Amino acid sequence: MTSIDQSILTLILLVPLAGAILIALLPDQAKLPNWIALLTALATFGLTLHLPAHFVAGQSGFQFEFTRLWVENPAIHYHVGVDGLSLWLVVLVGLHAPIGVLASWNTIKTRRTIFYSLFLVQQTSMFGVFISLDLLLYYGFWELSLVPMAILIAMYGRKDGPKAALKFFLFTFIPSAPLLVAILWLYVKTHTFNFAELQYQTASGALPAGALFWVSLAFVFAFAVKVPIFPLHGWLADTFNEAPVAMAMVVAGKLGLYSMLRFHAGLFPVQARALAPLLMVLALIGILYGACLALVQRDFFRLLAYGAVSHFSLVILAIYGLTLNGWSGAVFQILNLSIVEAAMFVLLGALESRYGTSQIDSFGGLAAKLPRTATYFVLASLAMIGLPLLSGFIGEFVILSSTFTGVSRSAAIIAAIGVILSAAYMLWLVLRLFYGPVNSISDSKPAHDLSFGELVALTPLVILMVVMGVSPSLWFNTIQAGPHPPGTQAIVKYIRLLESAPPAASTTQEVQR
Amino acid sequence: MNPVPDIYRILPEVILTLTGVVVMLIDASLPPGVSRRYLGFVAAIGATLAIWASIWQLSLPEGTGFFATVETSNFTVFFHVLICGIVLVALLLSLDSLPSNTHHQGEFYALIVFGAVGMCLLTSAVELLLVFIALEISSISTYVLAGYRKHVGRGPEAALKYFLLGSFATAFFLYGIALIFGATGTTEIYKIAHAAPGAQNQILVIASLALMLVGILFKVSAAPFHIWTPDVYEGAPSPVVALLSTAPKAAAFALLIRVVYEAFPTLRSLWSPLLWAVAVLSMTVGNLAALRQQNVKRMMAYSSIAHAGYLLAAFAGAPEIGIPAAAFYIAAYAAMNVGIFAVITLVSGYDEHLTLIEDYRGLLYRSPFLGSMLIFFLVSLIGIPFTGGFFGKFYSFTAAVSGGAIALAIIGLLNSGLAAAYYLRPALAAAHRPDSDALVQPRSRVGVTALAALAFTAAATLMLGIVPNTVLRAAQSGALTLQAPAPEPATPAGAATATPSEQPAQ
Repeated sequence: MTSIDQSILTLILLVPLAGAILIALLPDQAKLPNWIALLTALATFGLTLHLPAHFVAGQSGFQFEFTRLWVENPAIHYHVGVDGLSLWLVVLVGLHAPIGVLASWNTIKTRRTIFYSLFLVQQTSMFGVFISLDLLLYYGFWELSLVPMAILIAMYGRKDGPKAALKFFLFTFIPSAPLLVAILWLYVKTHTFNFAELQYQTASGALPAGALFWVSLAFVFAFAVKVPIFPLHGWLADTFNEAPVAMAMVVAGKLGLYSMLRFHAGLFPVQARALAPLLMVLALIGILYGACLALVQRDFFRLLAYGAVSHFSLVILAIYGLTLNGWSGAVFQILNLSIVEAAMFVLLGALESRYGTSQIDSFGGLAAKLPRTATYFVLASLAMIGLPLLSGFIGEFVILSSTFTGVSRSAAIIAAIGVILSAAYMLWLVLRLFYGPVNSISDSKPAHDLSFGELVALTPLVILMVVMGVSPSLWFNTIQAGPHPPGTQAIVKYIRLLESAPPAASTTQEVQR
Repeated sequence: MNPVPDIYRILPEVILTLTGVVVMLIDASLPPGVSRRYLGFVAAIGATLAIWASIWQLSLPEGTGFFATVETSNFTVFFHVLICGIVLVALLLSLDSLPSNTHHQGEFYALIVFGAVGMCLLTSAVELLLVFIALEISSISTYVLAGYRKHVGRGPEAALKYFLLGSFATAFFLYGIALIFGATGTTEIYKIAHAAPGAQNQILVIASLALMLVGILFKVSAAPFHIWTPDVYEGAPSPVVALLSTAPKAAAFALLIRVVYEAFPTLRSLWSPLLWAVAVLSMTVGNLAALRQQNVKRMMAYSSIAHAGYLLAAFAGAPEIGIPAAAFYIAAYAAMNVGIFAVITLVSGYDEHLTLIEDYRGLLYRSPFLGSMLIFFLVSLIGIPFTGGFFGKFYSFTAAVSGGAIALAIIGLLNSGLAAAYYLRPALAAAHRPDSDALVQPRSRVGVTALAALAFTAAATLMLGIVPNTVLRAAQSGALTLQAPAPEPATPAGAATATPSEQPAQ
């Protein structure tokens, strides 16, 4: 390990924060905050690219690890590292940053210093969530990520920002109270916040199983709200509708889904298996419910929100199917969804800022006037639907096939219906926005096609959709080096192994391999 | 070894008293037309010297002076520094916000300093009569300060209410002292700890504890002794509320530890569930009532009741681990609460024409600096990580969970979720785009002293959230000195074993 490998994750955390402080201190003149934010975001993205370049693909376990004592008592460590699960998610957050800045370039006109500072703080907190290996450090970033989001929704909400911000904050903050109690309980029982040690301890059977069940429930509850999963999705539509584009594209999905993989299924394998049927049923309901609601929305941000519920539910189905292929597909699908949703938000945000409305029936026949917008939108829609050779196909296919062969045929069939419905609402949206008769409301406004900045933001996303669709193995190689789902047989063997091994803390690492 | 001169044991108090007297004398000797504003700086220098003196006291050997009535230990130093720090910030804030032509400005500063004398003495006194005197010194100053704006709004009403209820509560405390003297023949806290278990009339002992608790819980503003809080906070000037909501609370909490933990360790089976109940009641009542407030100061008053609950929760769950946790909590709470009242002072001004949450709408647009500060302190009060509020809550509830009080921890954390709902209201109002026509301009100029006060509290809040080790260590060493003089047979079983394992940093 060279020294840059040790400090790279810390740099990734600190660069956006430094940028945020710099922006806050400088005056709000011309486009100065925009440029600093863009440069910071690009620098951070460049740093995140160091990770896949130097990641050892065949090696399981965490890489780029760095540990230092942060708080003495109780011992909280600054402990960061990435593995196959978090590697691409970190890069994804890095990629979102410059796109978010470009998407906000012209739409954010007031108080730019506050906007870009908070935007970069949000980046830091999301990086923190993905790379923290100390449970309390993770919790810290998890909570911190709420604050800039809530403030920016309140500041730049389209109609009733504060109300949506309050809803978002309370929905996600209140479940984190039981989460904190659960973390504290784990600490009191095990005297550690270290992820690897906790994993060992929860699997060793030394902790009371009944209490552990409740602890794991507290974990999954907090994550399920954040994803969100049916029936805890109440905040999502308002948030999508109100949040500035740069924030809306990062608010949902990946944080919660990643946490489920790492800190629920990864930390409580036995309890996750017990809860899996319930979560799978909720996921199936979510797939159909979200898709059906998306069909009847009149506002395209709300349509996107319910579509997202449906798509995220498919990922949850894959996670709690607890198969290896399912997990790989889940991680891939998280990446795909984040990229497609980012593109969608940039495009719809562009329409909204040009025409001042997000009502679908105010639009019609835009393809002739806005050819570039229409092309990009159709491409993104096809990727979302899962057309072969685009990224969405791979994720959905892997998830559905692994569910069909490894988990439950009926579940796979129900999920496939959801996929068909998603084609219906997306294509119908394309039809209503860009084709069909020219609408008088949108026709009365001057038509401006995508600006240079928006094209710069969108083009890499569309290229990624194609590349991910054509050669997914670039990603799957590293993803499969990540954590594997706990199998029933594996758990039994694992516990026997642990029982035979001396439970000294120093052997934890060896036992786990 | 040379005995420590008695005067060193009360050096910070002596410095503060002299400062107060000097301020009063200069005030009286200046001709009427001259501005008294600079007396505030004299008082601030006095407070700074007192902080320095308290820290210097660390070099003294631990022990008591003046016939075993005052003690210096890490515990007293911790609270001295905290209280003098709060007083310093409150003074800086008043310097900026009091109009220069205010009447009796010299008295105002002197009263703040005298109040600090009482509060400091309260934390170091180990003899109940001296405790009572300290309580009176601090209370009487604060009664007057609460009614300082004689002609504005509800100032006089607030002061009168505070005075009547406060005197009543202090009388309870005095009655408690009388009863324990009757039962044990002593008023020294350490002797009571020895004598109380063997007292012939246990009913007297229990009654005495109950009466003293009434007096103390009133000062901490814990439910059900909280009724005065909202009215007083609403009526008193904001810089005074910054002081009032934190320093006396810290002092009273130190006193609570002395009384229940040091003087009555054997009655733990009685006071522990009682404090548990008071903690739950305070959190819940405070938070539920705060949800319905429209006035920011009243909302913060109920929030301070809830915070008294969190504070007690730390202590009630497991006193041995809870004392350092609670001491840390009060420091974090002081930093953020003084900070938020600093913002309130600057936004609403001396005459407080902006009091409603709705008045804060668009603050972030009108004054980005004050708006960001407001949101920052509210975020800390909510308990978001990387601010002092988070570690305060974290230590509190870790203490509760390790003491086995999981129910208390869950109630507490759900309460903190509830609290987020009302803390967010002013924060989101501040972030809301203002109606262009309904702009009420806050003061555009933030004075140097107020800026210093804000910077000081913000830095403290951030420091407690990112590098809490120093303060935590101080709190822990303070808690350890506290336990040292406790009589061996009276120490509850488990305390001796729990302490070393939970505090390896020592």
